[in-house]
Amino acid sequence: MKIMVGIKRVVDYAVKIRVKGDKTGVVTENVKMSMNPFCEIALEEALRLREYGLASEVVAVSVGPSQCLDTLRTALAMGADRGIHVHSTSSLFPLSVAKILTHLVLFEKPSLLFLGKQAIDDDCNQTGQIIAGLLNWPQATFASKVLLHKDKQVVTVDREVDDGIETLSLNLPAVITTDLRLNQPRYATLPNIMKAKSKPVNKFTLEEFNLQIKSDLEILQVTEPPKRKPGVLVASVDDLIHKLKHDANVI
Amino acid sequence: MMLKFRSILYKWNSKSKSAFVGSSQSLHNNHGFSFSRVPTSPSFCTASDIQYDVVIVGAGPAGLSAAIRLKQMCSERNTNLSVCVLEKGAQVGDHIISGNVFEPRALNELLPQWKKQEPPITTPVTSDKFWFLTKARAISLPSPFNNQGNYVISLSQLVRWLGAKAEELGVEIYPGFAASELLYDANNKVIGVGTNDMGISKDGSKRENFQRGVEIKGRITLLAEGCRGSLSEKIMKKYNLRERGGAEHQTYALGIKEVWEIDEEKHQPGAVIHTLGWPLDHKTYGGSFLYHMKDKQISIGLVVALNYQNPFMNPYEEFQKLKHHPAIKPFLEGGTVIQYGARTLNEGGFQSIPYPVFPGGAIIGCSAGFLNVPKIKGTHTAMKSGMLAAEVAFGAINEGLDMNMYWDALRNSWIWEELRKSRNYRPAFEYGLIPGLAVSGLEHYIFKGRHPFTLKHGKPDHEATNAAQLHSPIQYPKADGVLSFDVPTSLHRSNTNHEHDQPPHLRLRDPKIPELVNLPVYAAPESRYCPARVYEYVADEQNQMKLQINAQNCLHCKACDIKDPKQNIEWTVPEGGGGPGYTVM
Repeated sequence: MKIMVGIKRVVDYAVKIRVKGDKTGVVTENVKMSMNPFCEIALEEALRLREYGLASEVVAVSVGPSQCLDTLRTALAMGADRGIHVHSTSSLFPLSVAKILTHLVLFEKPSLLFLGKQAIDDDCNQTGQIIAGLLNWPQATFASKVLLHKDKQVVTVDREVDDGIETLSLNLPAVITTDLRLNQPRYATLPNIMKAKSKPVNKFTLEEFNLQIKSDLEILQVTEPPKRKPGVLVASVDDLIHKLKHDANVI
Repeated sequence: MMLKFRSILYKWNSKSKSAFVGSSQSLHNNHGFSFSRVPTSPSFCTASDIQYDVVIVGAGPAGLSAAIRLKQMCSERNTNLSVCVLEKGAQVGDHIISGNVFEPRALNELLPQWKKQEPPITTPVTSDKFWFLTKARAISLPSPFNNQGNYVISLSQLVRWLGAKAEELGVEIYPGFAASELLYDANNKVIGVGTNDMGISKDGSKRENFQRGVEIKGRITLLAEGCRGSLSEKIMKKYNLRERGGAEHQTYALGIKEVWEIDEEKHQPGAVIHTLGWPLDHKTYGGSFLYHMKDKQISIGLVVALNYQNPFMNPYEEFQKLKHHPAIKPFLEGGTVIQYGARTLNEGGFQSIPYPVFPGGAIIGCSAGFLNVPKIKGTHTAMKSGMLAAEVAFGAINEGLDMNMYWDALRNSWIWEELRKSRNYRPAFEYGLIPGLAVSGLEHYIFKGRHPFTLKHGKPDHEATNAAQLHSPIQYPKADGVLSFDVPTSLHRSNTNHEHDQPPHLRLRDPKIPELVNLPVYAAPESRYCPARVYEYVADEQNQMKLQINAQNCLHCKACDIKDPKQNIEWTVPEGGGGPGYTVM
């Protein structure tokens, strides 16, 4: 049984973000990039299922520029069996990525597709859901517990939703997006990093897939959030009412 | 923007402390699911022997130059050696911080074609100013430096580029792995290093993702950990390397630096400014630098010698004061800070060079200490020392040469000549700022190191601190948030992070000393010299002040290891991948 995991290369979570001078985006030059933390969790879950003997192969997939190869190598070092890199230098929004991954899924035929619930750069939280729609597969997002049944035909997933925990039962093949409390990703050990160098990574371009990806979204501007203004001490209740009425215009 | 998500994860998961926890642990058998324990790591347990010809600890200028030189010699002589470089930072360059006005002398020897290989060396020095600062004025003095032919660079970027060059030649670089111990054979010869266990929780128990450290064996081990390297210090003590080399103790300074992006009109690429004097007093050696790089970026920093006497001195706050000086302020107004960082550097020079060879390997770069203090440059000598060690190591492995020839190679090289000539500048400042300047003038224009005597250093830095009762607390101005900042704001700009649930890597040899000695006698200097606010004294339930160690903030600068009056604080290496994330420093 094959499991495919989507991996995104994003700005490292510990980096202090700066907006570019021309406001078209954030500075990514000379900035540390890493695997999206939720993708790490997704990969970890896939690896555990393989270690339980329920899957035979874990394939890591990434879409983006050539530096994505570094992120894929990290995935291989954590334990993925092989990698697929779809090369693209244009800015990719969830619908485009979903279309590309859908094409790959139809080609590779995994029984489970794991993704992180969202990327920490755009916080879109859409790709998993869109893919499930395009493939017409069942989906369980915000997974905090995954139980794959021995017969490998059904998976039970606990989802963290606003009301609490919702438990779903899905028939395979299915899409699962992972949330924070699902697991603790393993460290890539040195011996595994060394072994990862010889694991295969297949590279594709969009032309090979006969896919035209045009984006329906255009980023107009990126700005920093306004700086937090200091509070003002008021001397009396009347003063407060006056300020609320005339300065803040809320009463 | 996501916060440290893993630390949040740990707090929530605290109920499950056992070593093996899978997300599917508490499941019900009526679904027909067979649960087996989460294995620690699939293939690790059999990796008992990771063996290389040369193991290098530290992917800095010295370590990478050594690695590159080894591979070059391999292709020159048609042989092959396996070379492995271990780096505790998450990426090559993450822990590299320096002024930096780069003298390409060693690079010219290492990679003669470097100019054609798109290096991040694009800003030649265009002007060289030297100011004596008083509180209100900047008095121009003749510049003692000769930076013709040098470049203003970000060393972090240069090291990243060197790392790429090394990998192209077949060097294996493994960032995110901290070498925490030296491995010895039965004859006490170093046979390699061991990396840290990963995934140990604060209380010492194993976390869910525990991984035992690995042993990486090398026929030769080169230690290139930078100033006050933890393994280097251990091996120097074990083999008495300072005595063997006839060396005095090492002396140090703490450099605190920011990179700013400033207004285009104020930016002069290649402009170099050094200052002396204010805000430091006549008894404290140090000065500031302001270098214009490319892309409207400037490096600005203050370097303070760690043999300062007043325990109330706060180098970080002195740096914040400096930025308000009327001659410095104009550059910064309208600009934004991009990164912040700090690191100690060697000032012992010629007098403090230890014997750098030990059974099984050698010490290269700033871990030994080849920084030229009057020039304030150490990159070129660090690189050259790495190259020399590589050449001897190659001979040792392939031709049975003695690794001790590295000592001879150093003494016959331009490193020795250069450091010998400049040996009396820094020690002269033991007598005060004016005598120091006077001697510097004489040295620079007349003597050039050609006299038979060698001045000695003063007390070791940690012994130089006076008791607090001899001084009064210094009132530092509050940060204005525009030019000067508080420590947490600055720290955030260093991109520093550590896995928070790990044992603190700053160890107290005697846990009672901070409250018995540091606080009452010296008024807790560690709460002032640490540029990351790792050390804080906080009142406990009985209203007693207790030392709190915020190890997660650590910038790996080593100031505490150097300056703690009783040498009670030991800096050990934390889990690999933690620490600052410098990209333009």
